[in-house]
Amino acid sequence: MGARLSSMLKDAGLTAFVAAALGIFIVGFRTVDVGSRKGLGFDYQFADLAVAVVTIFFGRLGLSLAAAGLRWPSMVLGAAMIAAGASPLELPSGFLHWFVALGGVLLVIRGVWPWANDAMTAAAGSRSGVVLGRAGAKWSGWLLLAAAVAMPFTPFGDQKTMDLGVLILTYVMLGWGLNIVVGLAGLLDLGYVAFYAVGAYSYALLSTQHGLGFWVVLPIAGMMAALFGVLLGFPVLRLRGDYLAIVTLGFGEIIRLVILNWFDLTNGPAGIGSIPGPTLFGAVFAETAPAGKQTVSQMLGIPFDGIHRLIFLYYIILFLALITNLFTQRMRRLPVGRAWEALREDETACRALGINPTNTKLTAFAVGAMFAGFAGSFFAAKQRFISPESFVFIESAIILAIVVLGGMGSQIGVVLAAVLLIGLPEWFRDLGNYRMLAFGLAMVLIMVFRPRGLVAHREPSLRLHPIKPGGGR
Amino acid sequence: MSASQGPPLIDVEHLTMRFGGLLAVDDVSFVAQPHEITAIIGPNGAGKTTVFNCITGFYKPTIGRLTLRGGDRDYLLERMLGHEIGQRAKVARTFQNIRLFPGMTVLENLMVAQHNKLMHASGWSVFGLLGLRRYRKAEEEGVELARGWLERIALIDDADRPAGELPYGAQRRLEIARAMCTEPRLLCLDEPAAGLNPHESAELNRLLVSIRERDGVGVLLIEHDMSVVMNISDHIVVLDYGRKIAEGAPAEVQRDPAVIRAYLGTDDEAIDG
Repeated sequence: MGARLSSMLKDAGLTAFVAAALGIFIVGFRTVDVGSRKGLGFDYQFADLAVAVVTIFFGRLGLSLAAAGLRWPSMVLGAAMIAAGASPLELPSGFLHWFVALGGVLLVIRGVWPWANDAMTAAAGSRSGVVLGRAGAKWSGWLLLAAAVAMPFTPFGDQKTMDLGVLILTYVMLGWGLNIVVGLAGLLDLGYVAFYAVGAYSYALLSTQHGLGFWVVLPIAGMMAALFGVLLGFPVLRLRGDYLAIVTLGFGEIIRLVILNWFDLTNGPAGIGSIPGPTLFGAVFAETAPAGKQTVSQMLGIPFDGIHRLIFLYYIILFLALITNLFTQRMRRLPVGRAWEALREDETACRALGINPTNTKLTAFAVGAMFAGFAGSFFAAKQRFISPESFVFIESAIILAIVVLGGMGSQIGVVLAAVLLIGLPEWFRDLGNYRMLAFGLAMVLIMVFRPRGLVAHREPSLRLHPIKPGGGR
Repeated sequence: MSASQGPPLIDVEHLTMRFGGLLAVDDVSFVAQPHEITAIIGPNGAGKTTVFNCITGFYKPTIGRLTLRGGDRDYLLERMLGHEIGQRAKVARTFQNIRLFPGMTVLENLMVAQHNKLMHASGWSVFGLLGLRRYRKAEEEGVELARGWLERIALIDDADRPAGELPYGAQRRLEIARAMCTEPRLLCLDEPAAGLNPHESAELNRLLVSIRERDGVGVLLIEHDMSVVMNISDHIVVLDYGRKIAEGAPAEVQRDPAVIRAYLGTDDEAIDG
């Protein structure tokens, strides 16, 4: 026992040493501007470093204890760390409080995990567990929807939360759209944001230059994006796997570069501004209406408030996202949806069964692109200003991360992943530069604990023996 | 030649397939009759699967003509795209290494096989999206067809399980049922008995005979398991090094010295002496 403990202590000491050696350059020094004469000087943050190193020492010790089967001591250590993090102790920075507490939380989770895992495996295996899980999945969806609909009227519905809600829902919609291409049809698309850009520029150009309204352009933008999907898809869909990914990546960049350089049409890097927002039965959301129109507050006879516009945008994107979801759910149960999934599973077998792989892939590509087009024109109407900078590769990567982390093909998984990946970084904005750390941590944790995505369960598109609650067939 | 005559179901003429310098199939001609099981046998590397891949459109033959007689017209298979052979000429096949859709359920596998029929009924998804009766009825019929096959291959209780979870023998049966759900004229089976135990092989024999008798579908069969080949085939074609070395009824082929030589590798003296 003593020998084991001493080796654990040695191991923890080594880890702390490595952390200190790495951290001394990253955390220990900071260059600061000390006035024009002297140029840059050093600011020393050794206290921060010391706290971090001590935390890492105990964290590693706790992990070793847990790995050796001593889960209780490990959890006590974790609880102590949470208490230290939450205490009014004078730590050098606010972030360190979070760091210490988070380390403690992880230790406690590590301690509880084997039990939780056993319980979950047992529950998933039993028939009542399956029924419960299905009911849970069904009801959690409806519950989430009810919460989303009611959100603007709850005390949480302030400016900041609504903004975040609109942002998350936009990504949920994009995730659902990409889910058709990646999750169902199994086509790895790294340039999805291109179709989003096509939709956004369709609305921006048609509204600012031809005076068309949002609701008229919405279907046009979707069709434009679908057309681009077919145009891209036709030559490249004979490629498989990695090759397809590279070509779609290239296509995403081509669209962005064309937008950037086709100055006459798109105004290049300067972007397009003063895009009109969506209207409600022809009424605009503004304090004073332009000539010949009326504002929504005039129409409804309520005092003007800036948040009305935000609430309206929120419901539009909620509506669009729900349409995407309903459409996808429906398609999955149709022959074409089953062919998408079959194509993902085995393209050769599909061909042998007389399924035309090119057409089937094209429909998936076009439908996915169409929803990106809808979302893009919503984005343009919301922002009122778009430029090529909104459509860079990292957007495609985030949408893809949402689909993959959510669990390929799972609709509710996309929602959870969007809330985690979009909501979390915004929520942790107070952490400043460290918020991307939270993003990365969330991704790593999901991949460690749920390697097949948050929701890996696949519900068959039809059943021969419907499962009835209460067990039995 | 076999007893039943009349126009053959498929007529393979001078089929040659060359991969660079390798002559995989060399001037092979044979016919398969409807309502018959025609077996293609031969040692490993004889070119059996290549013949299959030419018939089902996975390869384009270097030389040769493949004519499928279907109803009122002939289909020239060598001129058709891969998926058209399944869709229009109605040739279905299975694979040597099973190719199911492992993540989809058993029932879904059988529904995917009815894709073209159901796609038509769903008005290329428009009627289906609207939930029209016409599509719902077609889907119900599709499920009934699948149910019938699941009963025949004794997988009815596993209908809602992912196909990848089934035991090996069941996956083999399911792949045959999936091919049959395309309602083919010609069914090409690539080593359906590989990896089956004797009991399962006997079960497979019964299934193939019932496909010939009950469904009236012509079967083209590649097989190494002689208990399957000799018991159920009506006609056997023997390939070796890409060439056809013998053809005939099972009893004739079994006695053919060229076949014995190809299989056992005995030299001429051994046979003579």
